[in-house]
Amino acid sequence: MAQTRLSATSRVIRWIDFRLPFVGMLQRELYDYPTPRNLSYWWNFGSLSGIMLVVMIVTGVFLAMQYTPHADLAFDSVERIMRDVNWGWMMRYAHMNGASMFFALVYIHLFRGLYYGSYKQPRELLWILGVIILILMIMTAFMGYVLPWGQMSYWAATVITNLFSAIPLIGQNIVTFLWGGFTVGNPTLNRFYALHYLLPFVILAVVFLHLVALHRFGSNNPLGIDKRGPQDTLPFHPYFTIKDLFGLAVFLLIYSFFIFYAPNFLGSSDNYIPANPMRTPNHIVTEWYLLPYYAILRSVPNKLLGVILAFGSIFLMFIVPWLDTSPVRSARFRPVYKWVFWLLVIDVIALGWVGANPPEGLVVTVGQIATLYYFVHFLILFPVIGKLERPRPLPASIAAAVLQGGRATALGAAGAPLAEP
Amino acid sequence: MADLAQQDVSGAHTGETRRDFLILTATAIGAVGVAATIWPFIASLNPARDTLALATTEVDLAPVQLGQRLTVAWRGKPVFIDHRTPQEIKAAEDVNISDLRDPQADSARVKKPEWLVIVGVCTHLGCIPLGQKTGDDRGPYGGWFCPCHGSIYDTSGRIRQGPAPANLVVPPYEFTADTTIKIG
Repeated sequence: MAQTRLSATSRVIRWIDFRLPFVGMLQRELYDYPTPRNLSYWWNFGSLSGIMLVVMIVTGVFLAMQYTPHADLAFDSVERIMRDVNWGWMMRYAHMNGASMFFALVYIHLFRGLYYGSYKQPRELLWILGVIILILMIMTAFMGYVLPWGQMSYWAATVITNLFSAIPLIGQNIVTFLWGGFTVGNPTLNRFYALHYLLPFVILAVVFLHLVALHRFGSNNPLGIDKRGPQDTLPFHPYFTIKDLFGLAVFLLIYSFFIFYAPNFLGSSDNYIPANPMRTPNHIVTEWYLLPYYAILRSVPNKLLGVILAFGSIFLMFIVPWLDTSPVRSARFRPVYKWVFWLLVIDVIALGWVGANPPEGLVVTVGQIATLYYFVHFLILFPVIGKLERPRPLPASIAAAVLQGGRATALGAAGAPLAEP
Repeated sequence: MADLAQQDVSGAHTGETRRDFLILTATAIGAVGVAATIWPFIASLNPARDTLALATTEVDLAPVQLGQRLTVAWRGKPVFIDHRTPQEIKAAEDVNISDLRDPQADSARVKKPEWLVIVGVCTHLGCIPLGQKTGDDRGPYGGWFCPCHGSIYDTSGRIRQGPAPANLVVPPYEFTADTTIKIG
């Protein structure tokens, strides 16, 4: 199949492909690539995240052409981008809100993986590469947030770098090393700028590895069972290119809404005050996508332990494939896990709420319970439920389940005029 | 070529250890070379000489009224100077030291009891605690309150509640005259 189509193309393409087997690879991996026929819209978020990475790199490169990485000039150069540079406001709002969108997409992608067991054998490395991407994204986003050199930029940089001062003995030396001075200052801004430009390309490289690992066994699917033959799959193009493009259109509507109608909704107004090393804003919060980690950090009344748990909450993701002892992937066939999964979603949202509010009264209590639950969920519930739960019987194959389900819908919808053809 | 082959054979006879030794030393020298090459890159990130040039700050305390607090900058950090009232001094001295998280007597933190000089950087994550301005929340101990994560310091700048592990740091300073200090 692939052979015939490639040979049907022009001689030039065949000449190139013989020496650089790239066209053939693209055809194999993006065109013929057999994909489970039952993928739902929850499988759109990977490709959307990839597109968002490209958007961030493009807007970022153009912003870099107007930005000045110096403690005395950075804030004004960002304001110049907003006021004087042609379309600068749009470029910056697209980049700023793009970060939020990127995280939103990646978090949905991650929870999709948790629900459908996409991390299970043989996709453990695929999952681990994803966690590495998330960690790189958090680092990149944090350093990017520092660049406008507003009050929140400055104090976010101070608080986050100070996390390392919790390390016994050498903590303070590490912090001085990170700063390149005795406080966050111009050397800090310079190195953050260099790294903020570098890391997205590192992410790009890891995304490539993520895709290599993905294409080794192909996508998981809502049933969580392996594909057994051509009857279970459809070629990626046109079926899933179209589905991804439709999802992209819907996503761009939401993204555009933020850029054009609520560009500062997700940010903090304090960041439009130039950095002042002598005055901390009364209420420091991180961007929304880091609130749960921030809540964990604050919920522990011991500095070192708080830092360890906040970092641990992410690093825990690395061992999720081995914490989950259930052989069944999809939560659809796991009567207990199906509900426990939503407890985690509620827990993370609760942590987000805790992180957004000042640490007083009820907020502290909720924060401590939610932090405890987060770790219990992964370290205790995951292995225990996997052992005790009796999974429901799995369908014989994707095709069997899909066709049977299709027939049921067709029968049920016989009288309904809006039934799918 | 023939020479080489012969050497290999003789090596197998007499010197397995000789070959091991060569591999080991070559690797070790290589590792040292790599480390020596990496060193300048890492070290370049540490504070540069101009940053290190240790700045001192002189402060005239005469205009600071009893009960007033003053903030001055030293090495880019705020230093809190508190002209403490007798009540505040007494509150700081009456604390049972064994109850403290970072036990330190008030007398060990001041040169003259009425002047408290501390670096105004929270030992938790580096925010600047409130309490320097009138109307600021000073926390239940009348000292300082860090708004970031809720650390509470007493009138000696010692940690009493919240996540911070240590007392506010006392910078090196000396009285150059009766009402003048030099920090640094």
